[in-house]
Amino acid sequence: MNGGIYLDFEKPVIELEKKIEELKKLSGVEDEIERLQQQAERLKRKIFSNLTRWQRVQLARHPKRPYALDIINLITEDFIELHGDRRFGDDPAIVAGLAKIDKHSIAIVAQQKGRDTKEKIKRNFGMPHPEGYRKALRIMKMAEKFNIPVLSIVDTPGAYPGVGAEERGQFEAIAYNLFECTLLKVPIVVVILGEGGSGGALAIAHGDKILMLENAIYSVISPEGCASILWRDASKNKDAAEALKLTAQDLLKFEVIDEIIPEPIGGAHTDYQKTAENIKSVVMKNFRELTALPVDELIQKRIEKYRKMGVYKE
Amino acid sequence: MWFKKKVQAKPEEKLDLPEGLWVKCESCGEILYRSELEKRVWICPKCNFHFRIGSRDYIALLLDEGLLEELDSEMEPLDPLDFPDYKKKLKSAQQSTKLKDGLVYGRAKIGGIPVIFASMDFAFMGGSMGSVVGEKVARAIRLARSEKKPLIIVSTSGGARMQEGIFSLMQLSKTSAELALLAKERVPYISILTHPTMAGVMASYASLGDIIIAEPGALIGFTGPRVIEQTIGEKLPPGFQRSEFMLEHGMIDLLVSRTELRNTLIRLLKIICKVQ
Ligand SMILES: [Zn+2]
Repeated sequence: MNGGIYLDFEKPVIELEKKIEELKKLSGVEDEIERLQQQAERLKRKIFSNLTRWQRVQLARHPKRPYALDIINLITEDFIELHGDRRFGDDPAIVAGLAKIDKHSIAIVAQQKGRDTKEKIKRNFGMPHPEGYRKALRIMKMAEKFNIPVLSIVDTPGAYPGVGAEERGQFEAIAYNLFECTLLKVPIVVVILGEGGSGGALAIAHGDKILMLENAIYSVISPEGCASILWRDASKNKDAAEALKLTAQDLLKFEVIDEIIPEPIGGAHTDYQKTAENIKSVVMKNFRELTALPVDELIQKRIEKYRKMGVYKE
Repeated sequence: MWFKKKVQAKPEEKLDLPEGLWVKCESCGEILYRSELEKRVWICPKCNFHFRIGSRDYIALLLDEGLLEELDSEMEPLDPLDFPDYKKKLKSAQQSTKLKDGLVYGRAKIGGIPVIFASMDFAFMGGSMGSVVGEKVARAIRLARSEKKPLIIVSTSGGARMQEGIFSLMQLSKTSAELALLAKERVPYISILTHPTMAGVMASYASLGDIIIAEPGALIGFTGPRVIEQTIGEKLPPGFQRSEFMLEHGMIDLLVSRTELRNTLIRLLKIICKVQ
């Protein structure tokens, strides 16, 4: 699954794996293969148990990382994508629709990046316009009407910084989603899959449970943006990533997220199937717990959760 | 417990404004007499540009007798991320502005009508919203809800405060959630946008007013113009993201000159609150 694209810290493992593949063509080297496989496994464990924040940023943005539709297709039985905000247009940076998951009905809203150049452009690099956020809200309100829970999958560098986006009220679209999702009468489970880029991510991440993949990131500003403000030098993004404390591990400690979804050793991109299974099992557990709550209690807990967020002195 | 204090604007506390006898208008470049500008509530006589003023000025300008019964005035920011230089920046902002953070709120009256009033200070770290600003906004909203008094917030902000990281982002959720509850109780909220109101504050409470008023020429938007120019690789047209542009695009209700702001609030409140 690594087809030529890898990160600098993945290189030693990739090289070992290449060597193993070559040895497999020969006969009588089973012991050597076995030995190298164990070595590769050890090496992988070592590298991936000591990731820096910047390395996790790189994994979150890995060109081979599973995107929302990869996961949706692996965890749902029948996903029907629904289009448009009924106001202006259809934003391909956000996919939304209805699906079955383990025979249960759910609604899905998700940010979608593109894999190749053509799809990247079509999906606008996963950066939504206001109509994308309004489509997401339309589907969430539909979910409320039909009493089915919402799964939201977050993966965006941020809301699109463009002229049309401003003209059509990017700020209003984000704010209104937060406002409306507060009292939505069905559970909202959020999965931060890759990049959680500031307000552009938050617009579909205001819910009951915030789950985050082990190597996903979630931040008020990108490391590059932070570095150029702090040090007037975007290349200091590594230091900025450290300063921003943007990993799942940081956010769990801050009690901003509720749970970390483990990734296969080597990162989500090395095994889509396993990644999807992990996501599905944690999501289903949370759906089971949340759907058991009376609606009033569900909403009250959601409000209390946001009331607690913030650190200050009185 | 809350702290009760009466704040009244004094000219020497106009901390966000350029010092000296002469002031250059940042919009038209005209060199203007400081004392003349002060008399005109810091509006450029040449181009109508509204200079930035602070929360104390809005208290003096908008509230009956210029009085605010301030609440939670002792609330102070912390440094939960141990972010580079944040403690130093906070200290210097607190010293230069004599404020604890970028927002004051409390009880007041406008045209005899009791309201909950909040006002931001751009001079305090660019009016950035961290945990203190978010929590004070949330408390102002809750107070408006429990006392059933109209809420008025004067905003000015560059966005969420980077130095408090994810906690700043969560203030968007926190304030918007409280506003959903306020709306459910049908308590009115008037949002006043001043130059500039951007990013995280616009993407939360500032754009959720029942009525949104903007001062002329205020920069209002989500993404800053420089970032947009870098992204699209071209210059933005003049007037882009200014309040006139936002009025034209249906994003705000009213464009009101600073000199008319108090009167406009009184007229609106009398209709909404059904008083004579
Ligand atoms: Zn001027």
